Amino acid sequence: MSSFNKTARQNILKMIHSAKSGHPGGSLSCVEILSVLYNKIMYVPCEWKKSPDFEKRDRFILSKGHASAALYSVLAQKGFFPLDELLTFRKLGSRLQGHPSTRYGLEGIEVSTGSLGQGLSIAVGVALSLKLNNNPASVFVLLGDGELQEGSVWEALMSASHKKLDNLIIVIDKNRLQIDGDTDEVKSLEPLDKKLEAFGWNVKSVDGHCETELESVFKLAKDSNKPFAIIANTTKGTGISFMENNAGWHGKAPNDDELKRALEEVNA
Amino acid sequence: MLKKTIEIKSPRNAYGETLVELGALNKNIVVLDADLSCSTQTCKFQKAYPERFFNSGIAEQDMMCTAAGLATEGKIPFVSTFAMFATARCLDQIRNSICYPKLNVKIVATHGGVTVGEDGASHQALEDISYMRSIPDICVIVPADYNEVKQVVKYASEIYGPVYIRIARTNLRSVFDDDYKFNPERAVKVCAGSDVTIITNGETLYDVISCAQMLKDRGISAEVLHVPVVKPFLAASDVIESAKKTGVVITVENHSIIGGLGSAVCEVLSQNLPTRVLRIGTPDCFGQSGEQRSLLEFYGLTDSKLCETISRYLDKK
Repeated sequence: MSSFNKTARQNILKMIHSAKSGHPGGSLSCVEILSVLYNKIMYVPCEWKKSPDFEKRDRFILSKGHASAALYSVLAQKGFFPLDELLTFRKLGSRLQGHPSTRYGLEGIEVSTGSLGQGLSIAVGVALSLKLNNNPASVFVLLGDGELQEGSVWEALMSASHKKLDNLIIVIDKNRLQIDGDTDEVKSLEPLDKKLEAFGWNVKSVDGHCETELESVFKLAKDSNKPFAIIANTTKGTGISFMENNAGWHGKAPNDDELKRALEEVNA
Repeated sequence: MLKKTIEIKSPRNAYGETLVELGALNKNIVVLDADLSCSTQTCKFQKAYPERFFNSGIAEQDMMCTAAGLATEGKIPFVSTFAMFATARCLDQIRNSICYPKLNVKIVATHGGVTVGEDGASHQALEDISYMRSIPDICVIVPADYNEVKQVVKYASEIYGPVYIRIARTNLRSVFDDDYKFNPERAVKVCAGSDVTIITNGETLYDVISCAQMLKDRGISAEVLHVPVVKPFLAASDVIESAKKTGVVITVENHSIIGGLGSAVCEVLSQNLPTRVLRIGTPDCFGQSGEQRSLLEFYGLTDSKLCETISRYLDKK
């Protein structure tokens, strides 16, 4: 694991521990996806609105807003806001709301999310606007696999291909678990790749924890002449043995002892 | 201010025509519809500026969030469908993706109230104002006629933030003349009176004015206030002033008596000047099929029905 990703995982665990609440499972599963996007793929100036090139930035929307701890950590590590601010996560008066919000001026947050199934439609609007303005930036959206059970996601999938939004790239963090258990048991999405293809998208499945695979698929996606969906096969709670593949860690904070053990595992 | 001649015009046409005018002046204006562009009259904008018109198909939730995304990038989206589908179906999208981030999205919903008519309860939004009024940071406006719709749509394009405008399906008798100037901060005193204050907005205004004439014949002097902006309730002081004078208030709306104009008036009066208020609207029930005027009659919203109800209420007082 890269030192960037180790730090991100440590921050996620410390933030959720400090807040005594949050979503470790789905935050840990998308660390590599966010890391590759922010370190290797997207152009997003950390000076944010103060940058003269702000309009040129690629847009990122965290549709699975409950993975906010992961996004906040990556943004702080990239210098969007001070690392010290991470421990205000979920506390009264913090800019780091439980789910991302644009209300508090937090640098790096494009849109407010949290209610599942809305981020992709918002991204369609952003992508349409970029096209109207002849802005060549790309729009990246990270969705959860469970989130795809929201019908409005499929409305947006239809819109994107109908409107030929080749500037839109989605990543599905397919960790196969949702609050009530296995996604396959709660309400199966399969065959997901075929469904997405049938909706007019280019689709590619990758190992969502392999940075080289992610990097090359993002490059492929940017050259696509259609909206592009990346199915990132991931492990919920990645890197922490007692959290991995355990739906119980979807929305639970580690206690002091669990935090200590988890941090030791990340450091090992 | 008041129209002297008889003129009946479509408020939906007022919307469509104004969109075209605004579209010429401001390139950031974009319009979205969900397969009802001929009913809502956004088709006029589509014809004029096809590249800035987006049909989401029959997918209102997708449409609302797409509008949110366009607004995020600095566009001024006008989003239209029937009031039922704009509000009830999209409540979460409006709350979380438009109002919470305080985006510059204008929701212009047509077919509000029982006067949707023959389509019946599934299409008659009787709770839309109530839904919208409960969400922070959205402005809610119910204009009364063709002239006012034009001004309100223009006003919405000029202010920043989410706005909900409710437009009737019905072709309406024009109340206001060309010199009328919409003021979001005031109630419009349409008739002056001293015995009772009748507060209304939207398509019931014309019948309320006519009802005030009938009451006059019965020796009751009614003051009629038109309050187009239901939220924020900036006309509070006008309402309080009138209630102080008359001591009794009637609210009339083509909407449920729960959560709409009547509730807004009660909230203001209970806090500032406890006053007896009779709320007239649909009484916590679903609508039904019927011809527009028969429905208004059935729910007691025509001039003569209003006159009867109000006279009876004042007798008992």
